[in-house]
Amino acid sequence: MKPAPFDYRRPGTLAEAVASLAGEPNAKVLAGGQSLVPLLSMRLAAPSLLVDINGISGLDRIEVCEQQGVDGVRVGALARHAAVLASPDVRRVQPLVPMALAHVAHATIRNRGTTVGSLVHADAAAEMPVVLTLLGGHLEVEGPAGRRTIHADDLYIGPLESALSHDEIAVAAFFPALAPGAGVGFEEIARRHGDYALVGAAALVDGDSVKVGYLSVSDVPTVVDLSGVADADLGEAALEKLEPMSDIHATAAYRSQLVRVLTERVVRSVRKAA
Amino acid sequence: MSEELHDVRLTVNGATHDIRVPARRLLSDALRHDLKLTGTHVGCEHGVCGACTILVDGEPMRACLMFAVSAVDHEITTVEGLADEDGTLSPVQQAFAECHGLQCGFCTPGFLTTITAGLEANPCPTHDEAREMIAGNLCRCTGYQNIVKAVERAAVLRQAQEPA
Repeated sequence: MKPAPFDYRRPGTLAEAVASLAGEPNAKVLAGGQSLVPLLSMRLAAPSLLVDINGISGLDRIEVCEQQGVDGVRVGALARHAAVLASPDVRRVQPLVPMALAHVAHATIRNRGTTVGSLVHADAAAEMPVVLTLLGGHLEVEGPAGRRTIHADDLYIGPLESALSHDEIAVAAFFPALAPGAGVGFEEIARRHGDYALVGAAALVDGDSVKVGYLSVSDVPTVVDLSGVADADLGEAALEKLEPMSDIHATAAYRSQLVRVLTERVVRSVRKAA
Repeated sequence: MSEELHDVRLTVNGATHDIRVPARRLLSDALRHDLKLTGTHVGCEHGVCGACTILVDGEPMRACLMFAVSAVDHEITTVEGLADEDGTLSPVQQAFAECHGLQCGFCTPGFLTTITAGLEANPCPTHDEAREMIAGNLCRCTGYQNIVKAVERAAVLRQAQEPA
């Protein structure tokens, strides 16, 4: 239960951090480390180099802003889950973010873990990737060629695999604001509070448009458009577009039942709050 | 090829310590092996059990999920730093003693640090909030009822200490 040896750099600037990653295809970026360090300790990952970005100032900002003509909230790469969860700006601009963050592990983990780190870790059982996908947000990424944005739809490729190149660093995530009159909700079922969810569902309802995003159902965060479906048929309509997996935690049949229950519950919670 | 070592200055319980460690040295191991502060216990070593919880700038964090090299620039408090210098127990420690909040004691350091910070943030927790406060810590003796009582007792003791 000890990590394999690795080289370590703690750059003071983003440019130095990007330079450190160049030519190191097996390097990893260390931010909060709440997912990475267990992987290292269990030797499921053995990077040649860790580039610790915790010494770079300014990356912890949380700001309300406009990007690509859309209002929203920008969360820097070193903003801890706890800071994002406690931010009145985030709660006001996009309440789905704190709704989902309250389910991310336990408070102690949220004190160190970062929201952007969770997004690039690309775990389909995690809350924040599906939130970014459902909201149509994006990631700002810095690499040798400069900065680019990756839309959430293009971000998740497979289990624990994102579209970031090995020489790029996620600098910030952008969550679009909740439109006036729209509503959001989040529900999940876990064996114990703070555990990974067996299934989770996030909903975005805007007029006639109903979209629900699922975590722990497929191997990537999955959003289903349920616009125009009668409330009583929501669960079955969602299942037509999903293929729940079996694993050690739950069978596909049980996950299907959770999809039925949670889809209806989360959409109802949004309508009730409206 | 020998492993590269890093000079790391840690500030723990108000004292500075200079150590020379490989980058992969977990903070929990640096505290226990390099600083001989064995009050911080290591249970699962992957962030689940909470036994190694310490305070980093006053916030509870898992020592097993941080590297010592990454803990520079922070004020660390371990269970050894909770009591007064003359040995007087802190309100949380006193409450654990009074409420039989520990059995084997292995998980206790993580509970004490977590609750110390928890009561700092929320001095008068409801019963549900007291349970939620310790939800990230495991006690294999399953002594949770008395630990929750200790949280509530510690809140009372803290308030009695507050200057009027």
